[in-house]
Amino acid sequence: MSYIDFLFEFSPKLLTGAYITALQMLCASALAILVSLTFGLLRLSKNRLATGFATVYIEFFRGTSLLVQLYWIYYVLPLMGLTLDAFEAGFIAIGLNFGAYGAEIVRGSIQAVPKGQWEAATALNMSPSLRMRRIIIPQTFSILLPPASNLLVELLKATSLVALITVVDLMFVAKQINATTWLSAQTFGTALVIYYVMARFALTPFLRWLEILAARKVGKV
Amino acid sequence: MNVLSERNEMNQSSSISAPDENPMVRFSGVTKRYGNLTVLDNLDLDVSANEMVSIIGPSGSGKTTVLRMLMTLETIDQGIIYVDGNPLTHMERNGEMVFANERYLRTQRNNIGMVFQQFNLFPHMTALENCIEAPINVLGLKRDEAEQRAIDLLRMVGMLGKKDEHPTRLSGGQQQRVAIARALAMRPKVMLLDEVTSALDPEVIGEVLNVIRALNSEHNLTMLMVTHQMGFAREISDRVCFFYKGKIAEQGTPDQIFNDPQNDRTKQFLSAVLDAN
Amino acid sequence: MEWRWDFAIEILPQMLGAMLNTLLAAGIGYGIALIVGLLLLLGQRTKYALLNMAVREVVEFVRSTPLIVQLFFVYFVAPQFGVVLSAWTSAMLTIGIHYGTYLSEVYRGGLEAVPRGQWEACRALNFSPARTYFRVVIPQALPASLPGMGNYLVGIFKDTPMLSTIGVVELMHTANALGAETYRYLEPYTMVGFMFLLISLPTAAGLRKFERYVGRALGVTK
Ligand SMILES: Nc1ncnc2c1ncn2[C@@H]1O[C@H](COP(=O)(O)OP(=O)(O)OP(=O)(O)O)[C@@H](O)[C@H]1O
Ligand SMILES: [Mg+2]
Repeated sequence: MSYIDFLFEFSPKLLTGAYITALQMLCASALAILVSLTFGLLRLSKNRLATGFATVYIEFFRGTSLLVQLYWIYYVLPLMGLTLDAFEAGFIAIGLNFGAYGAEIVRGSIQAVPKGQWEAATALNMSPSLRMRRIIIPQTFSILLPPASNLLVELLKATSLVALITVVDLMFVAKQINATTWLSAQTFGTALVIYYVMARFALTPFLRWLEILAARKVGKV
Repeated sequence: MNVLSERNEMNQSSSISAPDENPMVRFSGVTKRYGNLTVLDNLDLDVSANEMVSIIGPSGSGKTTVLRMLMTLETIDQGIIYVDGNPLTHMERNGEMVFANERYLRTQRNNIGMVFQQFNLFPHMTALENCIEAPINVLGLKRDEAEQRAIDLLRMVGMLGKKDEHPTRLSGGQQQRVAIARALAMRPKVMLLDEVTSALDPEVIGEVLNVIRALNSEHNLTMLMVTHQMGFAREISDRVCFFYKGKIAEQGTPDQIFNDPQNDRTKQFLSAVLDAN
Repeated sequence: MEWRWDFAIEILPQMLGAMLNTLLAAGIGYGIALIVGLLLLLGQRTKYALLNMAVREVVEFVRSTPLIVQLFFVYFVAPQFGVVLSAWTSAMLTIGIHYGTYLSEVYRGGLEAVPRGQWEACRALNFSPARTYFRVVIPQALPASLPGMGNYLVGIFKDTPMLSTIGVVELMHTANALGAETYRYLEPYTMVGFMFLLISLPTAAGLRKFERYVGRALGVTK
């Protein structure tokens, strides 16, 4: 079977898998962003209980392995009465895991806003929440986006693990095709190229564009 | 002997102006420490309404700290600060004076405005937006009203033509003038200026000093200004305070301080500064 | 389902044994990655612009694609060309290359952290290239690289459960096997999680200490 024939026969299947991968990526990213903001801000709160809770969360999810978390959520949680389907378990595990990394980025970028900005806002008698909303957070975007972009590329790659809990994503489809055809080079090679295209020519340009937008917002460009 | 004579001189110099019954700002026995370091030591200082007080002194003598405490950016360890007759650092609770909490501070801070050495304009906002943000969201002004106020102030500081520029597109002198307008937009009773020209290139210092001159002559403002520009302090101040190691070592009219300093530290400081210029 | 301590204790020895394999895999993989990273760095700094560009593209490609897909690629494709690689060999090779690309970036960042003036000063003093690198550049680049290098050591460790998918008998593989055998997944999976936590947290903290120690020993940081 020539590679062209291979593509003719299997690309619809591979692309369906890629679509599921993209969906996983979107859902997991949305959850990760939510988690990052919540725990990043909690980490900075004055309440010791809140910071302690956030620290435990972050260290726990960063200290164990994503695959272990994935298995645990998919195979162990149902034993405790919480059953999630594979797709949900997949993006929830990834979102919770990457949210822990993202929280550290959020915390770091908030702390990176110069002290003078906090003081100027206080001198104008802004309340802490107004100061955070209108002065500090808008300035974190340009600081936060470069590391967050790297993290999102990692997140896209990490979605391939959901194949192991039977989500029919690109990796899963590739494994299926490989098991029936044994055309491993073609199958996994094509899958790698699709991942590459998604990361390099879709996700990365989008994130660059966001970075430029954010830089423009603070007048850096 | 030496100590005694110094103390005499200090009494002399602080009794120059008749005490004001209703000072706009009063520091009463204020002490500030960082760990073991006592930055301000039992400071008493009154500033009358509409008075322009310059604070001079060597590096580390506590000048900035005085302004930052008044802006409530630092807490104090002992004593109390009053602004316009009300306690600033403390509030009354069950008949006792306790340290002010954030909510109380927010009722008092509007009286005070501050201009920083490093401008600290908000980089994600234009000059105009910098000037209307707090009036709208803190004072509750309508947008039109806030804009009109900001436009008038930007015109006064000569920055109206650049009202839609972001700070990064402005020179240091221009940024500092916007920062002055931003602080004024809150209509404070007391303005604090901390070395507002120190971060500026020499050729733009003049434009900022001109704005301060105009402020001083045309507005009813109480001003405390930390500065290293001795000529300017001498020209514009009603009173000059020389700080040394967290205390006011000497104070008086510009004429007294610059032409006839009594304290040896003042003399040393002035001759060192004037030599350097 | 209830947590059963007796079962947990029963499987503990087997899990600990498997943990050794996990650590071994992480260690060997990291060793290979350190060397591959260096080669990939040098490969981007040759005299041949075309080669530099090609290596750069390879690094970019490997970094942008998932480790697990690469793992399957290496494991299944080699036999197609008549080379049968064991699960362990495939795993070490894949981890070595995958993380090698990351480490080459870390090294590059370290070199870029050395100010230009340092190179120029070496030239002005007529230092040999060896002297320039070993006495001046590396002592400054190393402290800048160490945090990244440490992160990827922990990163490899946390990626080792993936190796179970091609049959490397490490911790995750053992947990899967125990679960399949006894129909109890709660204890094995939970224990894997905590064993990872117990190793990665102290390791990360130890690495931070080590970074500070090296920085101070080289006199680069306070
Ligand atoms: N946050 C802080 N923590 C510890 N020490 C501080 C802090 N802020 C100021 N200090 C110390 O307090 C002393 C007074 O500082 P301050 O900034 O008031 O001096 P200054 O008179 O304004 O000096 P300069 O002319 O250099 O601006 C200095 O010794 C300074 O090191
Ligand atoms: Mg100062």
